Amino acid sequence: MTPSNTRSVLLGTLLSALWLMLSGHWDVRLLLLGLLSVAVTVWMARRMGIDDAEGLPVQQLPRLIAYLPWLARAVVASNIDVARRIVTPSLPIEPVTVRVHADQKTAVGRVVYANSITLTPGTITLEVEENSIEVHALTGEGARDLCTNEMGRRVTACEAH
Amino acid sequence: MIDIMSIASGMFLLVGSVFTLIGSIGIVRMPDVFTRLHAAGITDTLGAAGVLLGLALKAGFSLLLVKLLLMLVFLLLLNPTACHALARAALHGLRRPWMD
Amino acid sequence: MLTLTLLVLLGSMALALLRAVKGPTVYDRILAANAFSTKTVLLITALGFLVGEAEYYVDIALMYTLVGFIATVAVLKVSEFGNLGQSGAVRSTPAERPNK
Repeated sequence: MTPSNTRSVLLGTLLSALWLMLSGHWDVRLLLLGLLSVAVTVWMARRMGIDDAEGLPVQQLPRLIAYLPWLARAVVASNIDVARRIVTPSLPIEPVTVRVHADQKTAVGRVVYANSITLTPGTITLEVEENSIEVHALTGEGARDLCTNEMGRRVTACEAH
Repeated sequence: MIDIMSIASGMFLLVGSVFTLIGSIGIVRMPDVFTRLHAAGITDTLGAAGVLLGLALKAGFSLLLVKLLLMLVFLLLLNPTACHALARAALHGLRRPWMD
Repeated sequence: MLTLTLLVLLGSMALALLRAVKGPTVYDRILAANAFSTKTVLLITALGFLVGEAEYYVDIALMYTLVGFIATVAVLKVSEFGNLGQSGAVRSTPAERPNK
């Protein structure tokens, strides 16, 4: 099988699993309808050319899942920090924009990094460029944390083969 | 056993409610659209996660649990994307962000 | 606890509406609409548990999650480009792209 066909079979399997989870019906006619919709979706994905390494990053998936617990802890910590600033009557914020270096080689890696930055309250991705990301931070402290590049290194580690 | 589950679920719901409310207060209090996005991020992450995980503990092992977790995954994937699109559009459409 | 969560969510939605009314820019209003739709999703799910028919309500909430995201991005696209991509910048079809 060519890599493209393997990917289509994988996509079809994932979509079928999703369909079964969402429907919860085991009637034959409904299952056939589900199969039809999966087939149409896979066909459209192939026609649009989006079933490539970017649309379905299979190789990086296990490492990305291993990265999630660290990300969850960072998100909770910054949530508490920003929440404390909001309820403080004097509103202690000092917004800054910084440009952080992004040394991820693949587009998937850069997207994961940019999305992680935005997911963490206190920092928002403004622009994603070839090897840097422009970030709006709520506080200078948040910008400095980002400049230590710990998150960036962890995302880069996810895409290594 | 049942008691522990309902207490844990209540804790999650309380945390989710508190953070949702704080995020909304932030949306009203913050000085410009970029800082308001940070506040909206609180509601979208810990607020949504708290409420949905609290409800998931009530659901027990069923298809409902899977759907609740799937909804949380969608929210956590889509909201940063929408947030970034909004920040980018605002950056192009407005003057520079508000500085202290 | 569930009732308190519902009340807090309603209060948060009111705060988001307040920001939508006050503006001042179109981006603030889009932000408020996005925050409002996230809270609507949570409200629908929690309401499902309150009335005891969560299996049906959670499906509606799941759809609302996806539709809310698409609505936000569509409105942003219109506000930035003045259309939804019908004219002007035509994206290349797979046939024209270099093979990988």
